[in-house]
Amino acid sequence: MFRFGNFSGGVHPRGNKNTHFYPTVRLDKFKTVRIPMSMHIGPPCTCVVKEGDPVKVGQLIGRADAPMAVPIHSSVSGTVKSVLKEVASTGKAVQVVVIESDGLNTIDESVQPPVITDRASFLQAVRDSGLVGLGGAGFPTHIKMQPPAGKEPDVLVINSAECEPYITADFRQCAEHPDEIIDGIIQVMKHLDIPKALIGVESNKPLAIDVLNYELMKLKLSANLEPNISIVRLKTVYPQGAEKMLIYSLTGRKVPTGGLPHDVRVLVLNVSTVRFISKYLKTGMPLIRKRLTLDGSAVKVPCNINVPIGAPIPDVIEAAGGMTGEPGKVIMGGSMMGVALDRVEASIIKHNNAILVFDQKEAQLPPETQCIRCARCVNVCPMHLMPTTLDNMSRNKDVEGLNQYHIMDCIECGSCTYVCPAKRHLVQSIRIGKMDVRSAQQAAKAKEGAAK
Amino acid sequence: MTLQVSSSPHIRDQASTTRLMLDVIIALLPALGVSIYMFGLRSLLIVVLTCTTAVLFEYLSRKLMKRYNSIGDLSAVVTGLLLAFNLPPTVPLYVPVIGSFVAVVVVKQMFGGIGQNFVNPALASRIILTLSFPAAMTRWAILAGRIPGHGIPGTEPIAEGVDLIATATPLYLIQAGETGSAVMPGYLDLFIGYKGGCLGEVSVLALAAGVVYLLIRRVISPLIPVTYILTVALLTALFGQDPLYHMLSGGLFLGAFFMATDYVTSPLSNKGKIIFGLGCGLITSLVRLFGGMTEGVSFAILFMNILTPHIDRWTIPVPFGGVRHAKS
Repeated sequence: MFRFGNFSGGVHPRGNKNTHFYPTVRLDKFKTVRIPMSMHIGPPCTCVVKEGDPVKVGQLIGRADAPMAVPIHSSVSGTVKSVLKEVASTGKAVQVVVIESDGLNTIDESVQPPVITDRASFLQAVRDSGLVGLGGAGFPTHIKMQPPAGKEPDVLVINSAECEPYITADFRQCAEHPDEIIDGIIQVMKHLDIPKALIGVESNKPLAIDVLNYELMKLKLSANLEPNISIVRLKTVYPQGAEKMLIYSLTGRKVPTGGLPHDVRVLVLNVSTVRFISKYLKTGMPLIRKRLTLDGSAVKVPCNINVPIGAPIPDVIEAAGGMTGEPGKVIMGGSMMGVALDRVEASIIKHNNAILVFDQKEAQLPPETQCIRCARCVNVCPMHLMPTTLDNMSRNKDVEGLNQYHIMDCIECGSCTYVCPAKRHLVQSIRIGKMDVRSAQQAAKAKEGAAK
Repeated sequence: MTLQVSSSPHIRDQASTTRLMLDVIIALLPALGVSIYMFGLRSLLIVVLTCTTAVLFEYLSRKLMKRYNSIGDLSAVVTGLLLAFNLPPTVPLYVPVIGSFVAVVVVKQMFGGIGQNFVNPALASRIILTLSFPAAMTRWAILAGRIPGHGIPGTEPIAEGVDLIATATPLYLIQAGETGSAVMPGYLDLFIGYKGGCLGEVSVLALAAGVVYLLIRRVISPLIPVTYILTVALLTALFGQDPLYHMLSGGLFLGAFFMATDYVTSPLSNKGKIIFGLGCGLITSLVRLFGGMTEGVSFAILFMNILTPHIDRWTIPVPFGGVRHAKS
């Protein structure tokens, strides 16, 4: 299909898509799973099980009380060993339910296909399924699907760009379940009344484009169905899969500063998210498993795996072939935007799309030197910011300057840090700058409140 | 087991400051070759002298200031090379040493080292040298027998036992009213380098080879030099002089591609770079057309260097999907 255009800037890191051709392997034999009660942006769930309770696959264990929260279900059958508080990698304390698996994977009686009659029941079903955006951010999908009045989407954008190096989980999703992806898109379009869908795939995944097109052709020939879905080949450039960049590349619409996709009447869903919706509507099995890429220099066998949510990362790595040696860095997510874990003993969570394990050598950070103002960071910034200036201002705590140079528009894609020849920690510095801007805003607000 | 924890991204590009500086050095080598051919081994001597003293001064001043040793980034070598390229071949040997000191210690390290100097070190040093040693800095000469047919009348060696003969720069000849006379080098001579001038500026051809390399390696952006040279061509043509002659003469090519593109002292944004190029072109032309001096490239770039922080503030890019914030 005709490609609208492309955002300007971006970088070309080595793809490292080593797992491109490896079919997903389902890993099941985990003795225990540790399920955190917060795997979404928003308030945590209320734990509804206690020590000693028997649980089955798909049973509700975390109730979502707040509107922004989504429920959490057990990914194995067995017994609740303990419910404890732990400090997560984010630094926040979070409740964790530890379940000892009986290895039987008995499915709970509550797992029944939902009955969908209208838009409201569809949204309720999406929420009950425990779905969050599977692209990586973990934003509750049912919230995304309810834009303010007047901002109902007229385009559904399906994100299959997968621009992060290493990660091929979404590509495997396309290659292995194209039928369910197309079905999920049709369901979302139908229930949310969106006339058109665009699937964005980077040009380095021609097979994904082919299988999805083949699926559309099959629908036409077998059922005489012609949904308004187009598969768009996008330029391979990081961060093509960033929401704002993807929307622009596909539709030419620019999400305004501080705005969300619904401000330009677009709904963006990840390809794995729509595939899950299709599956859930058919089976009623909530979100309890995740497909992810396991790669990095310290991993013996790079692979794509499908694991129960809550599976401990060391057990997952062991089950997938183990490590080549001492790990130097463990990253949850991609190499450009993922979070470096402070310990291996964390769990697989809902929106985890990769675990990367770097060896000691790859984990070493190059020493930071002085900025030479080469402007590479300025040239690659997809948001058209001046990272080096922001870096300086952040280090000088110049909040006014940070605002003037639009710091809050930064999407933290990491392109600037990636290209920097002086190896400046630009994104880190910008993140700190954002915190300073936020606390300055809060302080100003508090002052205003006190004055009243 | 200790795990490294750091802010994303977790992978980095191969590019490094040292590699960028090395690329600039490589790009300057063809011009160095022509320089040795035109001016003899004395040219090489001056280059070696500026480079070694620049590195030495960098090392010593960092040591004295108790900062980390930065000679590994090769920026001192680039400064040394560019400084030598801006000196006449006849220059007494103490002048390059003073030049290195001014460039590296006064202009660069006293302001915080690489990335912190507000003017180009080699250029600022050249200007200080020109003001301090006006005679020594403007005595032009070339190797005997290199240019048949032109040069200032009277082709005696500049000193006893030296085979350099006195000559004049093309821009001097224009100002002296020699336009069209037989002593003026032709376009091809200007392009290849058969003319008088500073060590590194004479051969546009050799410099262009380096520029092509830098562009392919994406070390420099063509925005500043192209707007700079085009502005000079346009303005000199407007005032009735030969634009091609101006483009090929003096330090314009060297200055535009190797000095005006200096990262540290030129604007960050593309819009800023164009403003910078226009300003350089305007000042160079004004000096060449109406000034008392024959050449204005160094002053033009130096002046725009000083304006760079302001240009950066005037040209904050509009963010993607955003509107320009009101100036506070």
